[in-house]
Amino acid sequence: MEKFDAIVVGAGPSGNAAAYTLAKAGLSVIQIERGEYPGSKNVQGAILYSDALERIFPEFRDEAPLERHIIEQRMWLLDDDSHIATDYRSDAFNKQPYNRYTILRAQFDKWFSQKVSDAGALVICETTVTDLILDGNRVVGVRTDRENGDLFADVVVLADGVNSLLAKKAGFHPELKAGDVALAVKEILFLPQETVESRFNVKEGEGVVIEMIGKITQGMMGTGFLYTNNESITIGVGCMLSDFKESGVSPYLLLEKMKAHPSIKPLIQGGEMKEYTAHLIPEGGLKAMPQIYGDGWMIVGDSGMFVNAVHREGSNLAMTTGRLAAETIIDLRQAGKQMTRDNLAVYRAKLDDSFVMKDLAKYKDMPGVFHANPQFFTTYPELVNNAARHMLTVDGVDKKTKEREILKSFTASRSLFGLMGDAFKMWRAMR
Amino acid sequence: MNVNVEEKLFQNRYKVDHGRPHISIVNPDVCTNECKTQPCTKICPAACYKAEGNGTVSLISDGCLECGTCRIICGEHANVDWSYPRGGYGILFKFG
Repeated sequence: MEKFDAIVVGAGPSGNAAAYTLAKAGLSVIQIERGEYPGSKNVQGAILYSDALERIFPEFRDEAPLERHIIEQRMWLLDDDSHIATDYRSDAFNKQPYNRYTILRAQFDKWFSQKVSDAGALVICETTVTDLILDGNRVVGVRTDRENGDLFADVVVLADGVNSLLAKKAGFHPELKAGDVALAVKEILFLPQETVESRFNVKEGEGVVIEMIGKITQGMMGTGFLYTNNESITIGVGCMLSDFKESGVSPYLLLEKMKAHPSIKPLIQGGEMKEYTAHLIPEGGLKAMPQIYGDGWMIVGDSGMFVNAVHREGSNLAMTTGRLAAETIIDLRQAGKQMTRDNLAVYRAKLDDSFVMKDLAKYKDMPGVFHANPQFFTTYPELVNNAARHMLTVDGVDKKTKEREILKSFTASRSLFGLMGDAFKMWRAMR
Repeated sequence: MNVNVEEKLFQNRYKVDHGRPHISIVNPDVCTNECKTQPCTKICPAACYKAEGNGTVSLISDGCLECGTCRIICGEHANVDWSYPRGGYGILFKFG
């Protein structure tokens, strides 16, 4: 029976980063993907952050299928029929090398996977891993749904995504809690390239991101988003699953209402919908993170809760964890060491030393603060929109009176102590 | 506002594994008698779960987007048996 140096389960960003790094170092790697082709099961907004990929693949810009580089970020606070915005656009984002891009994951993952194959890994698609094979506490391989489909290796890298059934079955981590995951739904709407460019005031290759908070999530903790691709727009909304459960609001209804918002509707008008997707995002942060390594196994990407929900970052954490897991394996092999729990602890140390754990530690209290304080997603967007409308409506009322009325509306909704408390809670969670 | 989810799902590509659904309800009586809110019937983004007039919940997983929502929101009852489709089957994202 053939035994590999490493098995990688899943061909998303984390699995591809791991498999590529391992294969490039000359290890024998088999990667198992359940989709018909790599990317066919994968869903993301999607923004690609260059830095994480550059560290794996410095010349990716020359060949990866990228949509638009982002030159402008809009942040909207929405009321029922209005929005107030901050907008950051910079020509600095228009200079090579670009910092981030919109991508279509099905295309991008296919490209990345080809690189994995080219580096010498054996990539097997249309195969679902059903179980981990254990020898006592040690993972020695995987069972697949192919006939005689058992595979063995020194170490198994679990890059099997947010649901991570394998780690659960093996008892490495418990079932996800509804409060630790967000459910996002989105659509891709096709429009002529010129229409995208004129509507968003950009030139060829340039793109815009809009992040939205407010009444569009109907009181739930969540955000809406709109990304410009070459000839399409991705629009979606995501909220904590626990909030969906409590509110009983259907996600497709939420999305449809958001698309009908008077600030959003003109931007997507006439777009031809060609795909509707849904995906869970692990947003529990550091406090919800499971054990990420053990005897003969490591967890990378979404399956390990590696998402920075505050900054909407995930794929870069996925690629970085995949790369660091692979580098850990390579180092251990070179030192002639076994893939034991004690030795694989180096992976955790590498993560602690990187932006991954530093950022997750910085925002560890954030999910809790937002959970306990829904006013950040409801009351405040409404108050600031009302304030703007009041100030900007010329109706014979003097500005001082308007200011007084606006302040009164704030204290009436939240009380002065409430406002100060919120500011403090925000500061404490963000610092 | 009324939304036709089937119309949305119609745009997607699937390879349905006929006769081998990858999700099933463990004990239908639990849905009928012990689950008052039946959140799966509202929150499943593909509307695979339907609340029937007689209090039961029906499940047709052909349009499943494989997100995992139903399994997690059924937390207290753990009444959803959820696994991935066989290799190559299920949703096939064109754009993702």
